[in-house]
Amino acid sequence: MSTPNAYSRRLFLQRAILASVAAAGGGSVLAGCASGGGESQDTSKGVDKSADNPFGVKSDAPLDVVIFKGGYGDDYAKFHEELYQKRFSDAKIKHAGITDIRQQLQPRFNSGNPPDVIDNAGAEQLPLSTLADTGQLTDLTQLFDTESIDGGKIGETLIPVALEAGEYGGKILVLNYALEVYGLWYDQTLFDEKGWAPAETWDDFLALCKEIKGAGIAPMAHQGKYPYYIQQVMMDMAVKHGGKEVVTAIDSLEPNAWKHESVKMAAEALLEIKSKGYMLEGTEGLDHIQSQTRWNEGKAAFIPSGSWLENEQKEVAPAGFATTVAPTPLMDGATLPFQTTRVSAAEAFIVPAKAKNVAGGLEFLRIMLSKEGASKFTELTAAPTVVQGAGDGLDLTPAAASASALVESGGDDNWNYYYFNWYSPMKPKVETAFGELAAGRITSDEFCTAAQKAADETAADPQTKKRTRS
Amino acid sequence: MRHGQYRFIVGFLVMPLALYGVFVVSPFVQAFYYSLTNWTGVSPEFDFVGLQNFENLTNDSLFLRALRNNAVLLAVMPLAVILLALFFAFLLNVGGRGAGSGVRGVRGSGFYKLAFFLPQVLSVPVIAVIWAVIFDPTPTGLVNSVVRRIGLGSSGWLADPDLALYCVLWVLVWGSVGFYLVLFNAAMSSIPRDIFEAALLDGAGRVTTFFRVTIPLLWDTIQTSWVYLAILALDVYALIAVMTAGPGGPNNSTQVISLQIAQNGFQFGRAGYASAIGVVLFFVTLIIAAIMLRATRRERIEY
Repeated sequence: MSTPNAYSRRLFLQRAILASVAAAGGGSVLAGCASGGGESQDTSKGVDKSADNPFGVKSDAPLDVVIFKGGYGDDYAKFHEELYQKRFSDAKIKHAGITDIRQQLQPRFNSGNPPDVIDNAGAEQLPLSTLADTGQLTDLTQLFDTESIDGGKIGETLIPVALEAGEYGGKILVLNYALEVYGLWYDQTLFDEKGWAPAETWDDFLALCKEIKGAGIAPMAHQGKYPYYIQQVMMDMAVKHGGKEVVTAIDSLEPNAWKHESVKMAAEALLEIKSKGYMLEGTEGLDHIQSQTRWNEGKAAFIPSGSWLENEQKEVAPAGFATTVAPTPLMDGATLPFQTTRVSAAEAFIVPAKAKNVAGGLEFLRIMLSKEGASKFTELTAAPTVVQGAGDGLDLTPAAASASALVESGGDDNWNYYYFNWYSPMKPKVETAFGELAAGRITSDEFCTAAQKAADETAADPQTKKRTRS
Repeated sequence: MRHGQYRFIVGFLVMPLALYGVFVVSPFVQAFYYSLTNWTGVSPEFDFVGLQNFENLTNDSLFLRALRNNAVLLAVMPLAVILLALFFAFLLNVGGRGAGSGVRGVRGSGFYKLAFFLPQVLSVPVIAVIWAVIFDPTPTGLVNSVVRRIGLGSSGWLADPDLALYCVLWVLVWGSVGFYLVLFNAAMSSIPRDIFEAALLDGAGRVTTFFRVTIPLLWDTIQTSWVYLAILALDVYALIAVMTAGPGGPNNSTQVISLQIAQNGFQFGRAGYASAIGVVLFFVTLIIAAIMLRATRRERIEY
């Protein structure tokens, strides 16, 4: 998800200068060389691997952990560090909970001295696909093949999307820890009071919108400043109509993928909501805070988002507000069932290839993926993890309960797509097209043409690594 | 100069020159070097690609769009700020003409000076957030409530591709006028009062005094301001990044060069390409500053 990139220009320049000075290796400023000695000094070598210590972690090797301290905080990581400390009592653990991941870690990557574990997330994250393509990440396949702390191969204890989302060029390089469920969010309390229920078909959805509008509430709001959000609604409707092939073709940058009949139909549907006046007026110019606050105030009934929404809005939501997710409605001829949605894995944990304690980093991830580690995350953040069954028995909030139900009911029919993460230069171009469409300024044909043009440009760009979905 | 004096002077200059070298010259030199590479920004390894980045720039539609928007800002913003600042400074200094009291400013000029200067105290992101709220696109937004009351209907403002750039332009002008007002005000106060009084005795009205006396005497200050404002118009990163949708505005209507640098360098992992844009911006700024200083050169008036 995106949040505004708000730091002052002066700060930005200061940091850019510092970064370039650091990049030049501190002292040798005029040498103009960004390399700062790239030898990996893995201090963990020399300890025998065992069932209890599958990566051969040296007990006294220090561990350097950097966590993105965003919506999930960093208390869960401190708990995981305690668990690590119990196993390796001599290890000195360095913990940093920060938000400006990129500014702080870019110089460390450039000088070949990255931390051992990084939670790369937030608006200031490192470009993951670039790190993956330049071989700077440890292959986590060995981790997923290892025995879990609770028994069984780790890979088999996870929800499959976790492995799929971390795959770059045939290797799993990233552990996406938190499970994110997308959909249209509404207030169950309000809907119960008015006798409304989320609609399953497009016609019913339009009828519901009409009724909601009649009650003086805007049927839908979206975070117009960041068209990523409304993108999700349209893409989900397209996938439900045309099947997963629609997004696998888009992710693989196939020719005419955006001109698929289902994409065009979903674009028409979005235009219909706009033209019938079912969008909150002016929502195209609101950011996520403004639009979600208005939704909390009951000025709009539905808003697109992911399962972090309840936590994000907890300061603003009035008492009794029951944040609940509904899947997007089905258009005529849909091939997937109604109770399915996009489920993705986020909070990208990486172990840099040049980290000093790669084995310790892997062991830390193994601890995170234990039942004990994962259920603590859910307990502290109210967000599910990719570890199957780790949230069982916990008291769930309405949002977490409805999201978990959707993960369950959708099962293998749920999908995910990756073009936003894979092709960062394509992202703003496609977002622009979505923004124009949601504002009703272009037709569905113009949208398909514009998005396809962005995809074709990306496919033709020699600097972009092309990826395909299996 | 006597022997030993050089050592004395050098002793004073070493530190500032070293700092300047490390923090100004060296990053510039490095940016030039990186602009010829495919550096990702997060790796110690990269290749030399010659002028490839610059060649790609000529086909980059977003970059060209950004260049055009910067050109619009460059054409309008400095002129608008200077005219407004001059006008207000003139009023504050010699605008008021009470009966028989000679030349003085309008009543309450101290308060106005403070009020105009206030935006200068706020940091740019704060200004951006304030104005983003004022330009709220919903019908109950601040500006929308006003224009609706006078019967003009509501608008998307920053969400409207036809208006977004002008909204940014307005905020830029609003945020800059205060500083230049104070600058011109100071320059005007250093003009001897008797010149204005002589003009008054010769029967010159306010308009004539302004164009025939004030502007020629302030020319050097105006010229410098123009160059500063031009550089500001080529930047505007913080305002665009915080205020506009995307960021970059609906349909890229507020896309600017500095935003392209940040996006390519940090989000797309293309620090080499971003450096190339930076190099272009460097030369554009240099050329525009040179042209402005040349074109506005006049004979200096001593007083």
